[in-house]
Amino acid sequence: MSYLELLKLASPEAIVVITALAVLTIGLTTGREAASATVSTAGPTRNAGSSSSTRSAALCSFVAALGLVIAIGAVLMLPRNATLFGGMLVITPLTSLFKIICIALVFFTLLLTTSEKSLLHPGEYLAIVLLATVGLMLLVGSEELLMIFIGLELLGLSLYVMAAFDKNDVRSAEAGLKYFLFGSTSSAFTLFGISLIYGMSGTTGLAAISAKLATASVQPLLAVGVVMTLVGFSFKIAAAPFHLWAPDAYQGAPVPSAAFIASGSKVASFVVLGKIVLVGFAPVHGSAAWHGMVAGWSPVLAVLAAFSILLGNLVALAQSNVRRLLAYSAVAHGGYTLIGLVAGGRDGFSAALFYTTTYAITLVGAFGVVGFVRRDTGGDDLSNFSGLYSRSPLMAGSMAIFMLSLAGIPPLAGFFGKFYLFSSALRASPGHGLLWLVALALLGSFISLYYYLMVIKFIFVDKRAEPEIDHRLPITDHVLQKSAISLIAAAVLLLGVMPDILAAQILAAIP
Amino acid sequence: MVGMITAIIFIPLLGALAVWVWPQRNCRVIALIFNAISAACAMGLWREFDATGTGMQFVERHAWIPAINAEYLVGVDGLSLLLVLLTSLIVPFAFVAGPTPGGRGFDATMLVMQSALYGTFTAQNFVLWFLFYEMSLIPAFLLIKIWGGENRDRAATKFFLYTFLGSVAMLLSFLGIYFAKGTFDFSALASLGKNGLLTGKLAWFAFAGIFIGLAVKVPLFPFHTWLPDAYQTAPTGVSMILTGVLSKMGVYGFVRLLLPLFPNEIKIIGPWLLVLAVCSIVFAPLAAWAQRDLKRMVAYLSINHLGYCMLALFAVAASPTVTANIDTHAALSGVFMQIFNHGITAAALFYFVGLLEQRRGVRGIRDFGGLMQRTPLLCGWMSVAIFSSLGLPGLNGFIGEFLIFKGAFAITALFTSIAVIGLLVTAIVFVRTMQSLFSGPLAEGCSAFPDLLRREKLVLVPVTLLMFAIGIAPQFMFNIFNMTVVHMTRLFG
Repeated sequence: MSYLELLKLASPEAIVVITALAVLTIGLTTGREAASATVSTAGPTRNAGSSSSTRSAALCSFVAALGLVIAIGAVLMLPRNATLFGGMLVITPLTSLFKIICIALVFFTLLLTTSEKSLLHPGEYLAIVLLATVGLMLLVGSEELLMIFIGLELLGLSLYVMAAFDKNDVRSAEAGLKYFLFGSTSSAFTLFGISLIYGMSGTTGLAAISAKLATASVQPLLAVGVVMTLVGFSFKIAAAPFHLWAPDAYQGAPVPSAAFIASGSKVASFVVLGKIVLVGFAPVHGSAAWHGMVAGWSPVLAVLAAFSILLGNLVALAQSNVRRLLAYSAVAHGGYTLIGLVAGGRDGFSAALFYTTTYAITLVGAFGVVGFVRRDTGGDDLSNFSGLYSRSPLMAGSMAIFMLSLAGIPPLAGFFGKFYLFSSALRASPGHGLLWLVALALLGSFISLYYYLMVIKFIFVDKRAEPEIDHRLPITDHVLQKSAISLIAAAVLLLGVMPDILAAQILAAIP
Repeated sequence: MVGMITAIIFIPLLGALAVWVWPQRNCRVIALIFNAISAACAMGLWREFDATGTGMQFVERHAWIPAINAEYLVGVDGLSLLLVLLTSLIVPFAFVAGPTPGGRGFDATMLVMQSALYGTFTAQNFVLWFLFYEMSLIPAFLLIKIWGGENRDRAATKFFLYTFLGSVAMLLSFLGIYFAKGTFDFSALASLGKNGLLTGKLAWFAFAGIFIGLAVKVPLFPFHTWLPDAYQTAPTGVSMILTGVLSKMGVYGFVRLLLPLFPNEIKIIGPWLLVLAVCSIVFAPLAAWAQRDLKRMVAYLSINHLGYCMLALFAVAASPTVTANIDTHAALSGVFMQIFNHGITAAALFYFVGLLEQRRGVRGIRDFGGLMQRTPLLCGWMSVAIFSSLGLPGLNGFIGEFLIFKGAFAITALFTSIAVIGLLVTAIVFVRTMQSLFSGPLAEGCSAFPDLLRREKLVLVPVTLLMFAIGIAPQFMFNIFNMTVVHMTRLFG
């Protein structure tokens, strides 16, 4: 194994790291003065539009976007299959596909960042975003517990900083702190679980663990290890009852950070969680069928899914802030996705991955609209969305598409996502054993319809709530952001009408 | 002619796009042009349609989502063609109705809904069908929500939640069927259904799910409570489409899905279904009697008219003994006629209510009176629509209702006799309405009414002529669906 070969196989990661450093340098050399000048006059009269800082931000964004595009190109150049250091870095069609998906999600998140005025030091922010991207790629591209943990930590630490990046907003600080405290606790859980599993099996490679576990019987120690690992990941994907950080992080963090947490981070977490349970823990699958529960990880995930669906949907009903609402609905969607993993097998895994991907795309778009509304009206409560239709029909239409897709209305992507999930769950269990979970999820999506309709109601109808907003002129700039959001909306529609363009890719990539 | 159906489905979508990018003020004209194109395609389909064939025609089949066995499979038989023609007729009719809010958003949304309707009536694979079925829901919701009258929020949300709950139940049932049988193809499922598709509890769950989904859509008593609010609040044009075409999606679903798929289940609980149909027929006009709002009244009567369709369908499918083919044939022909006739007549009634509302500003029954003195033409033409609705011989409504009662009476005399009460009450409601609107002293606020304008006459003359044509010489309608009826008679007999 020569280092040159390693560099070749890890070229996408290397490119993103180099881009991060480049962006950091550009930010430091061009934007520093202007940014510090802005800090000194910070407060209500903050004027972030000083030309040199804007130019610096634009340059940084451009370089970062360029780096991501090159990274996607590098992923496409990778060989189909390769394994380095016993699974520390693997390249399979699946990892390549999801590296591309993660990078594309980050790319769209970056487009949202371009017009985010509240972020001082855009260079540093973008550098951290890129480092988090490396974390995503490592997570996706590893089949070894230690490397997965390193990826998790890199991602997590970057996200904590991203969540707390808006120094002028106390909510952002709160979001960062809460996320950090919960996240580090969850890391401790994960590490503890991993160490127990390592102790039992003597290896950290997923395939090797699976082979070892197949011969061993289920011991209490192993059960503790498995559950601990799952608990750690439940924090990451915000499954109830480990979701407590999510509402504050979604609401308080700067909009692009929240979009990142909700999209890229979620997709990568599900990919790696799926690999751990379906590859590493395959022998202790267990069963979550109604009358035939068998101990293993799948009943644990089933219970988590049921909790998440119920709690997320019911609490979301009571929210008056759109970002909080999205956070609780994210809990519920995490629950739906878990159903795919519980079902297991190639079908279930691909359904879960399809679902989480379409969900992530939708949420990036939704957060784009939230950012738009926030700049336009100064807040992101439901009342701030009132009359959006008359101010910007395009944004209103896109948001309606996102909400309806989340609710699972055909012909949008969310519908086929749910369709795949539920059908794979019903098919996976003999005698429809998972019917209880599917019925619960259907009930949940019916409840969810109410609050998604609520958002749409505010967008389209209520103009009276905040009359002073109505007189504001429709915002005409941010062409880039608007076109990005409409592009995402079109993608959500396309994935609903022709889901096979993504679903077939995912299914083919899963061995 | 392969590709014709796809063209019909996608032309309105193109129209929606064109309306969206076109300058604001011409959008209605653009919408109507696209309506004319799709109507021309539908007429072409009718011309090429082989009236002697029983199966699906113009079938197009492409792979779509292989992972779940979903195909892009469209085709028409007599019933589908009938509904495609109805859609082509009602949508432009609705576009010219007033008072309709302008704006390209409205027109584009209407066109999207039209496309979904064409899709629903031609899709022959459940997944595709469901996609279109739900796709019609979003535009309808938005049309009520954005352009509706007072209480639109409540009405739109109620409409959406009700229909969506029904759809979820239906989807779950179909998943169950899919895992048992491995196909979503309507014709394959129908031929499997003859021997019982599912067994035991599962069959009943699946039946209940599909039944609820469709019963909400029709709507059948007691699933109708969303309807008066939605119809009342929606703009006139949207009410016309809701009652003229959207409610037919439910009836179509019953004919295409529920009856062929669950013959045994329906035989067992048939009497109860007939009770529901009779309740729809009898209670709805009683409720209409009590209404003070013209639109709400017409909405309730709409439930009654669809109740006739349900009565005949359940009678045919649920008859415990093997019935004579001739009765089944009559009842089914009646149902198909009624589907078409009610579409025209109810839409025309809503159109007239819209005309009155446009002139007066309100639409309470008490707000009008003595209209005959000032606007004899309006009253005369409206009377034609009303008489057609209550089934006067010589007008289109009579043909369908007569055949339904003729067929159903031979099969279940008891239920049909009770249903006759509904006919009577409907007549009372209509005649009372005519009395208070048209005769008596001229109500204040009605003195400055203009009579029918020229463009209104242009719209009404062809519609009324069609009512007479079907009423006097209905054979050209029967030709469309006769072989389909024969085929279905064999299926149920």
